[in-house]
Amino acid sequence: MASGKNTLITGPAIDSALAHLVLTREVEDFLYYEADLLDERRYEEWLTLLTDDIRYWMPIRKNVPYRDERGDITGEEDIAWIDDDKATLTKRVRQIMTGVHWAEEPASRICHIISNVRLVEPGVALDANELVVGSRFCVYRNRVETETDFLVGRRQDTLRRIDGALKLARRKIILDQNVLMAKNLTMFF
Amino acid sequence: MFNGGSAKSLIDLQRGEVSREVFVNENLYREELERIFARAWLYIGHESQIRRPGDYFVSCMGEESVILTRDPAGQPRAFLNTCRHRGMKVCRYDEGHTVHFICPYHGWSYATDGRLVGVQQYETAYQPPFDRAQWGLIEVAQLATYRGTVWATWDPAAPPFLDYLGEARLALDLALGPWDGGDGETELLGSVQKWLIPSNWKFVAENFAGDGLHVVSHRSVDMVGIGPNQREGRRDDFGSLFLAAAPRWGHGITYSYLPADAERNDYAASMETSRYFKECWEKRRRKLGERAGLQVIVGTIFPNMSMHGQQPRTILVAHPRGVDMTEMWRVYFVDKDAPREVKQFLRHYYIRYSGPAGMTEQDDMENWNYATSASRGTIARRYPYHYKAGLGVGSIHQFIPGLVTGQPVSLSSEQNTRILYRRWAEFMDASSWSELTAARDS
Ligand code: FES
Ligand SMILES: [Fe+2]
Repeated sequence: MASGKNTLITGPAIDSALAHLVLTREVEDFLYYEADLLDERRYEEWLTLLTDDIRYWMPIRKNVPYRDERGDITGEEDIAWIDDDKATLTKRVRQIMTGVHWAEEPASRICHIISNVRLVEPGVALDANELVVGSRFCVYRNRVETETDFLVGRRQDTLRRIDGALKLARRKIILDQNVLMAKNLTMFF
Repeated sequence: MFNGGSAKSLIDLQRGEVSREVFVNENLYREELERIFARAWLYIGHESQIRRPGDYFVSCMGEESVILTRDPAGQPRAFLNTCRHRGMKVCRYDEGHTVHFICPYHGWSYATDGRLVGVQQYETAYQPPFDRAQWGLIEVAQLATYRGTVWATWDPAAPPFLDYLGEARLALDLALGPWDGGDGETELLGSVQKWLIPSNWKFVAENFAGDGLHVVSHRSVDMVGIGPNQREGRRDDFGSLFLAAAPRWGHGITYSYLPADAERNDYAASMETSRYFKECWEKRRRKLGERAGLQVIVGTIFPNMSMHGQQPRTILVAHPRGVDMTEMWRVYFVDKDAPREVKQFLRHYYIRYSGPAGMTEQDDMENWNYATSASRGTIARRYPYHYKAGLGVGSIHQFIPGLVTGQPVSLSSEQNTRILYRRWAEFMDASSWSELTAARDS
């Protein structure tokens, strides 16, 4: 089913197909809820969705030859746009809440549109503790008067089930820009 | 040059005032490209980006793309990134390795020493054949390397780079040297951050030249505390501050000085990093004595190369992209021989401090953005900016070269920015480097 093959599901296969569907819906709901928290500036609640060992990573995209095996994404130990742990993400939230973080004062209007949500790595069992989830984002930011940024790309998340609830354990944010066309990245993705 | 007047008339050093036209006037901006960016020494990259012959890094001088490469003889070379045939941008990758740069448009190819080596239908289409030696890539007039950094100028009459550095040479020695004060190297920590900010480029240059007053704008990050020691503030303790300007050259540096008997901070988050810095500090004290604690906090080498000298340690180039647009290029440095854990610890710290997601730099960019746009108006531009702090205070220091203003005045002196704009005006008014040299001798 995840592969998109147009097969008719019958018999025992229906149970696993339904389980997959339910899980996908749960994951979508988690991601949309997360987007609501961010867009409603409920940042402290947002922090509770993150595991304590989260890696929140936004590498840089490079102009490379099509066939370059290293790919166009900066590596794990290279300079990135963002490479945060929970402590730093918490500090970012606290910085916004100081009321004197001028880059977010007055507050920006931010809208996350999350789509193309898909459970990747089909080999992962549906009841596994961790899930890898792919999605796309359109993050729109408008601030002060006419200042507008539109940042688009992919995310690859690892979600972990803790005490029955999904939490975000890793996020890789792949922004489709080389020279960043926003003056800063005060927003979360 | 500007309404028939001189650039000097826009800068009043005695009163500490600079006209807003300097920051918002389109004609002045176009003059800057000609008179400053086509003549001054500009930072274009680091030797670690072009280690082997054939390695290249696509850099920038003023608004124009430049290929920095290493030729077959092992020499760094820099060429304008435009084909001599019909102008196509020859290389559109960020970096890489090649034998030839092959133009996508009509297939001319250039060697890494700039020679035109391949022309389609050369034998048949050109009668008589043209001299390919005259049609190589356009090369910078001069190129210099210093402690790994690579610099270039389009002006053959520009003085040698070390002269151009003037008293700021010490700042590069400190900022680019290893932590232990020894002979080891520093290296780039990976890739370049490039991003656009809607600001005149000089807001960046003057900020790093020495704007102690703007520290107040970083209150939010100071409250939260993002320094390597995880306490309040954004940096380690750095002792007392000294502003030092290279008065003839326009460079501005903020030095910090920690007495040799001071101890360095522990970094609770990484014992390995704590140990490394303590060891380096011991070696540095043994080697440099009372000068061990002298470091660069920030600085600007005129016109647009700025740096953080210790924690974090970075180079930022503010490339002009229009009177109200700047493309920031930032690279980060670590001691080459530092353990991996130390480099990674610093990487995390550096990018939560600087760059577009840097919790410190974000607020700077907001200020530069709206300072530019709020200065553009017909009425606004009639009123000059205010650079009066510490007028007439600078003097000579025992071992910091240049015009120096120490604490307690340093946090409020704007001597370095005044000197930067004086040099700016000299560049804008002088028709040649010989006039510029005369300006600094007078
Ligand atoms: S423009 Fe390069 S070959 Fe024609
Ligand atoms: Fe700043």
